[in-house]
Amino acid sequence: MEYMKPEEIIELFKEKFNGSVTNSKIEVKTAGLKKNSYSLIWLEIELKDFKEAVKLLGTIQFPHFAIISGDDLGEQIELTYYFSLYYGERFKEISLNITTFLPKEDLKISTITDLIPGAQTAEREMIEMFGIKVEGLPDSPNLFLPKDFAKDTYPFRRDEKGIYPLSKNGKYVGDNIVKREEEVKKIE
Amino acid sequence: MSKETYSIPIGPVHCSLKEPMTFNFEIYGEHIEKVNLAPGDNHRGIEFMGMQRNPVQIIYLAERICGICSASHPFAFCRAVENAAGIEVPERGQYIRVIIAELERIHSHILWAGVAAHELGFDSVLYISWRAREEVLDLLEYLTGNRINYGVFMIGGVRRDITEDQIPRIRKTLEYYKDIYGKIEDIFLNDPTIALRTKNVGVLTKEDALRLCAVGPTTRASGIKKDVRQDQPYSAYADLEVKAITPDVLTGKVNGDVYDRIIVRLLEVVQSIQIIEQCLENMPSGEIVAEKKLVKLLNQLKKAKGEGIGRHEAPRGEVFHYVKLEEAETPEVWKARAPTYNNLMTWVPMLLGQQIADIPIVIASIDPCIACMDRVTILNKATGQKNILTKKDLHELSVQKTRRITP
Repeated sequence: MEYMKPEEIIELFKEKFNGSVTNSKIEVKTAGLKKNSYSLIWLEIELKDFKEAVKLLGTIQFPHFAIISGDDLGEQIELTYYFSLYYGERFKEISLNITTFLPKEDLKISTITDLIPGAQTAEREMIEMFGIKVEGLPDSPNLFLPKDFAKDTYPFRRDEKGIYPLSKNGKYVGDNIVKREEEVKKIE
Repeated sequence: MSKETYSIPIGPVHCSLKEPMTFNFEIYGEHIEKVNLAPGDNHRGIEFMGMQRNPVQIIYLAERICGICSASHPFAFCRAVENAAGIEVPERGQYIRVIIAELERIHSHILWAGVAAHELGFDSVLYISWRAREEVLDLLEYLTGNRINYGVFMIGGVRRDITEDQIPRIRKTLEYYKDIYGKIEDIFLNDPTIALRTKNVGVLTKEDALRLCAVGPTTRASGIKKDVRQDQPYSAYADLEVKAITPDVLTGKVNGDVYDRIIVRLLEVVQSIQIIEQCLENMPSGEIVAEKKLVKLLNQLKKAKGEGIGRHEAPRGEVFHYVKLEEAETPEVWKARAPTYNNLMTWVPMLLGQQIADIPIVIASIDPCIACMDRVTILNKATGQKNILTKKDLHELSVQKTRRITP
């Protein structure tokens, strides 16, 4: 099997998605007494080319998918998908983390489960925790949050749809159901 | 005659999982036709809690994500914070981390072997293997002060050193396991009844394991040589020749069934013993932690800006933690992913076409900590009649099947 260098992988992405790759970084880490090293790649890609980027990744090797992490930045939500390539041989594995940004007014991303079926649980988590619409994923009852969890409330958001104290102007939680501050006062 | 199926929900309470599970089975006669998974009945919101704490406090929270992987989660979390803040761990600290993590693997795999035997109805083997597990728990208590939740990991290294006079005690335990390993292997791999109940049961093909992104012994038993300790060696693993173990090492071929998962876990116990021995031989001297003063460390983390990932090969597979620091007291983002999260979906191809009596062993085969499988309801769609099968009944079914097929 031929192994591409981290620089070549970034070059491949830049070539294919001219200008869409807004940021790229290679991290080299060492460990142990012998100070052998391995590499990580961080890529930022515009939303319109995100799915294509995952497809391109599949042409190198079927990637191992780990998880998606999200961060509410205010105007937009940052999603990072964690993949790894070239597993199976010592020191060959490269971690590849692809970040994309979703504007708050249109929180939509297309599913990657048609390419990597194992990503389903993680996509559902993002739906429930951030209120993102994943296009192409069938509806399902809550996997993580309680089935009777308040509608339009997303625990990891930092705006009024979030939950106090992670979101300073978020809702309050009581008895499994999320309540607005005024409602809490009314009950008291 | 119309093909009528029964639906059987199993769960929802599995106390040791991060996400307790409910299984909904569609059964035709004795065979499983369809599987639906519904986790999340006891989501504890640990990440939400963590994002209101400082990184040092999170270590102890991470330790409690799983009672058995109580070294794996802090290991991965500390690596994530170190990568985000640019902290280098002293070599001695790296070696001690690996020793604790491998001791944990020994106890986890032997615990699993006992559970698997119990699911098949061999309770004497459960008692024997859990008695054997006590040795490593005693050693962990001797080294760290606790049988579980060791409290050893710290950002930048470890909190407790392994001194010269502790090493004979470690070697004594390793010798104990070398002595009894032959017996354990004989019970699990040469017993005709265990072979009958586990061979060609719960098969996960290589393609499915790849597609569903399975991790740990579950994926290795299907023939994928994937192990973070080998692929992307970190800490002292970078100095050691760790190889991913697949069942063909022993049998010459890969079936991807429950029997193969037993082989992988048993061989990994031997591998862990070898790793610890190598660590003891090559352990460098020096500091065990990068910054001894907690206040100074917290100040450093408060000023740090960056993001990092930390991966560790836990007994069940890859643990993944992501941390983003934004010059604040608490991390901006903390994402923790346990191995069972990825392995969940592999239950579907494993369980399809199996019998009800095989459910316990197949579910247990990915090692999801099935301590508290709650109850099973059998609902006859035609009559609306409900029969509730408790965990005990289900276990009884499994035991009966073993008795039935024993030659």
